Amino acid sequence: MSAIEERFGPYGGRYVPETLIAALDELTAAWIEAREDADFVARLELLRRDFIGRPTPLYLAQRLSERVGSKVYLKREDLAHTGAHKINNALGQALLAERMGKPRVIAETGAGQHGVATATACALLGLECVVYMGTEDIRRQAPNVERMRLLGAEVAPVEAGARTLKEAVSAAIRDWVANVETTHYVIGSAVGPAPYPALVRDLQRVIGEEAREQSLAAEGALPARVIACVGGGSNAIGIFSPFVADAEVALIGVEAAGEGLDTLRHGASLGAGSTGVLHGSLSAVLADEEGQILEAHSVSAGLDYPGVGPEHAQLRDTGRATYVSISDRQALAAFGRLSRLEGIIPALESSHAIAWLLENPGESGFDVLCLSGRGDKDLAEYLEQTGKGAGG
Amino acid sequence: MTPLSNSGEAPGSHPPAPVTAVPTTGEERIAGAFREAREEGRAALMPYMMAGFPDRESSLAVAAAYVDSGADLIELGVPFSDPLADGPTIHDAATKALEAGATLATTLEVCRSVSERIPVVLMIYANMVFAHGGAAEFARLARAAGAAGAIIPDLPLGEAEDVREAFAAAGLALVPLVAPTTPPERRARICAVARGFVYVVSTVGTTGERAEVPASLAELVAATKADAVTPVAVGFGIGTAAQAAEVGRIADGVIVGSRLVRATAGAGSPQAAADAVAGFLSEARVALAE
Repeated sequence: MSAIEERFGPYGGRYVPETLIAALDELTAAWIEAREDADFVARLELLRRDFIGRPTPLYLAQRLSERVGSKVYLKREDLAHTGAHKINNALGQALLAERMGKPRVIAETGAGQHGVATATACALLGLECVVYMGTEDIRRQAPNVERMRLLGAEVAPVEAGARTLKEAVSAAIRDWVANVETTHYVIGSAVGPAPYPALVRDLQRVIGEEAREQSLAAEGALPARVIACVGGGSNAIGIFSPFVADAEVALIGVEAAGEGLDTLRHGASLGAGSTGVLHGSLSAVLADEEGQILEAHSVSAGLDYPGVGPEHAQLRDTGRATYVSISDRQALAAFGRLSRLEGIIPALESSHAIAWLLENPGESGFDVLCLSGRGDKDLAEYLEQTGKGAGG
Repeated sequence: MTPLSNSGEAPGSHPPAPVTAVPTTGEERIAGAFREAREEGRAALMPYMMAGFPDRESSLAVAAAYVDSGADLIELGVPFSDPLADGPTIHDAATKALEAGATLATTLEVCRSVSERIPVVLMIYANMVFAHGGAAEFARLARAAGAAGAIIPDLPLGEAEDVREAFAAAGLALVPLVAPTTPPERRARICAVARGFVYVVSTVGTTGERAEVPASLAELVAATKADAVTPVAVGFGIGTAAQAAEVGRIADGVIVGSRLVRATAGAGSPQAAADAVAGFLSEARVALAE
């Protein structure tokens, strides 16, 4: 049996109340066992194929490529069931909850995509599901709230703080502390106490494994660059991970610059944060000099988070990956541009990666960009932010 | 109140301690407080309070009221933005304290105001320790304010080793927590490295008042006492004098938190906040002695 990383260099760890330690140990043991159990792996693979619709296509975006001036493939996670990469993790963890005999599942959600994915996986497996969501996000993402309820989940509104993702994660952790014996917490990104960052990475790694194979099949070569947006960083770590050993492939993570890195209104933990503890792991965080965690800001609810997965902090420090950032305004423009160029409405999260690519054409070979989700959920926000109709 | 501690040693055996040095280690002060209570035939009473809540002046008044109303030790909460181990009452208090401008300096001021009269144990989240220069620098700041110990609720065994050593070097006791979910073998390891006392979390959950003390608590406390060489105190969910007395019959110390924080929440002035906690505390102290 192989171990699961508890630390990524100095980052990671388990900075949580003692009450949760036994459950984290149980989860670690369950995942090590499950991922080497042929029956579990076969069931996960079958559901990935027939329920999620994997492999998702690696799509050569012709008109986008012409616009950028270099060849771009989109890894189409927007075509995964429920419309984003989140289902890869939620389904895997729900299967794990079932295997551990935990009848109740909780989750947090920002944009609503992870909440919908978890509600979907719980409906599939007949598990009770409670999703914590900040009331500001409930306002921004109303259709996803209705989806979760339709799928049988309870959406628990969180009023604390800025009423967004950070407070939803805290509320979910508090629920878990109180109900740990019957409940599994399906964390939505590659964050949290060990083993979550590694567990979520393992479950999202399928994105990169497929993209790597598909690149070789289409081009007979590996991409020059792999580009993904980074909030907590699960789609990014999923697509980066199988390429980390390929030194010639540049890995580019795109964070939310919000209203600018020189303001306090952004979500760029890696680019403009400091080292600290948030939600159970040591990583890059947005905090003041007192150690109080700051509110993040991004037009995209999924990047509106003041922390990031610990493995990204390590990839940044070692220089293996490069982290850049894109403002709200640039992301909104890219949202419109990809819609009209390719007939694909991208999630506002993924629009950050598109925006960076539009300004930074490749110099050789081809690029792979993780289109982590579809943007239908963001239409109302787009119209409100741009102050006019989509045709404007 | 405590004499300078080198009185029992041969003069000149080591360089004289600076006159500003705290006379005894935090561990010794904590042990002394538990011992005094035990000699009176009761468990030690350790009320919790949030520094800077509802405002700086009120929290100074509450700390003084704790000392005057029979507290043996004080657990002093440091307001933090994301207190994962706390329920709604203490979470709200932290948020309001921060909104009122509380910083670590506010906490240390409250600590300093009573630390000559009573051992103070800080309750602080890990990120704030790291943000203030790391464990050694934080321990220096805490000791300079007279703190005897610290509880870091999100620094479990496995993450705590460096911090514990740095604290010990400065004479600050790192008090660990044991939960109902902690396996026996792990509990023994936690107790083996405990400084000051072992904090037993009474129920599976966050801080906050509960209708009753769980039936399984007696067994957990007895097992922890068997593992520990330090005193064993119980917290989380103790909100009435009767519950304090019930827990006091099995544990060396009783921690009351949310109930007292709630009492200060509605107080309109420092004096009102002090009065609000003094009544409950006196009642709990009497109940513990019965």
